[in-house]
Amino acid sequence: MLYGIHWDLSNSWTFAASIIPILLIGMKITVLATVFGFLIALVLGLVFALMRSAPMRIVSWPTRFVIEFVRDTPLLIQLYFLYYVLPDVGLTLPALETGIFALGLQYSAYTSEVYRAGLDAVPQGQREAARALNLGTMRTFRDVIIPQAIPRIVPALANYLVSIIKDTPILSAITVLEMLGVSQIIGARTYRYMVPLTMVGILFLILTVIAATAVRYLENRLPRAGIPLK
Amino acid sequence: MQWIDLLPPLLRGAEVTAWITIASTIGGAILSFAAGIGSGARFAGWRWLARTYVQVFRGTSLLVQLFWIYFALPVLLGISLSPTVAGVLGLSLNIGAYGAEVVRGSLASVESGQLEAATALNFKPVQTLWRVVMPQALVEMMPPFGNLVIQNLKDSALVSLISLSDLAFQADTLRNQTLDTVPILTLTLLMYFAMALVLMLVMRAIERYTVRLSGREVSR
Repeated sequence: MLYGIHWDLSNSWTFAASIIPILLIGMKITVLATVFGFLIALVLGLVFALMRSAPMRIVSWPTRFVIEFVRDTPLLIQLYFLYYVLPDVGLTLPALETGIFALGLQYSAYTSEVYRAGLDAVPQGQREAARALNLGTMRTFRDVIIPQAIPRIVPALANYLVSIIKDTPILSAITVLEMLGVSQIIGARTYRYMVPLTMVGILFLILTVIAATAVRYLENRLPRAGIPLK
Repeated sequence: MQWIDLLPPLLRGAEVTAWITIASTIGGAILSFAAGIGSGARFAGWRWLARTYVQVFRGTSLLVQLFWIYFALPVLLGISLSPTVAGVLGLSLNIGAYGAEVVRGSLASVESGQLEAATALNFKPVQTLWRVVMPQALVEMMPPFGNLVIQNLKDSALVSLISLSDLAFQADTLRNQTLDTVPILTLTLLMYFAMALVLMLVMRAIERYTVRLSGREVSR
């Protein structure tokens, strides 16, 4: 029994059916971690991208190093670091919040590259034209650069959403009970790992297929020429 | 405990991580080519097999795959797998699925004129693939392969969760014994970072080699 729901061990099929409601409780945490981790990655990635392209080297070089370091070290170790070191400096967060922040931090290193590449891909002539028309920096960005960068940036960002879904099980290493963590408990209590783990695999496949389909839909709907921000 | 005392156990773990990464990268490369070429095969059975493999292993989480191979597969087959075998198998299968998409995309990106020229010169399909298409596609594959190798190194930390004593496992064990959290985890992060930098240099050297192999100018 878990979360007040009993399982039926008569055979594999009834066992599989009886644990679905329990796994769905875990799936809520999976989705929660994905959505909030992604939101952090969107915002933090933009901050990193702006700091990286700052004109002052004292800002841009350390930022480049931080992005590279976060990108080239494992999420699991970053997770341990945040989970065990943050309380030492007086910041005690629950496991789920720590996990969400770690996901957001790791993926902000990726999203910052997406923002940078998307902005760089807007032809230089566009900036020059905006300058010739005497547009200010704000207007150039708001009305010329960003509208044209959006169709390149959004699909690439959305692909990382699908990746985050698949990284959430790592949170079970710091006791977060998302889908995999829940299935581990079921396995430990029933001595049957095959059925719960297979069910988790199938549920992940369903989640990622839905997310990937949504991404492709979004990609096809975005106008190639750009989106005016008005 | 001094920082210097933490080094030997962590370096032992780093050695395991290095071997696991190398083994699973080689395994993943073989699977990438098999599934990447297979998804363009004439026989529908091969295409179906390759695409199902890619879909399943890219669509589910690596940690779930590792747990499934370590805990569930032995029950299903009635065999026992050591953490090392399960870890290398899981990492290879996972990275191979990502690599297969790279191989498939690069093969498809070779101009169709090249295929027509090969047909006109009476090349057999196998000759066309290996003598004409592959040398050109290899150049395109290398930059994304470089990213995947780094991803594989980072992913290898997950094998610690199926009790394989790699760098992440040693770090967690040491942390439990000594509670020197900050130095242990800092050293561990630095070691992973150093290994990633070495891998980047190696992949860049291989990239230059494939460019020479294709007969193009090195400084493109």
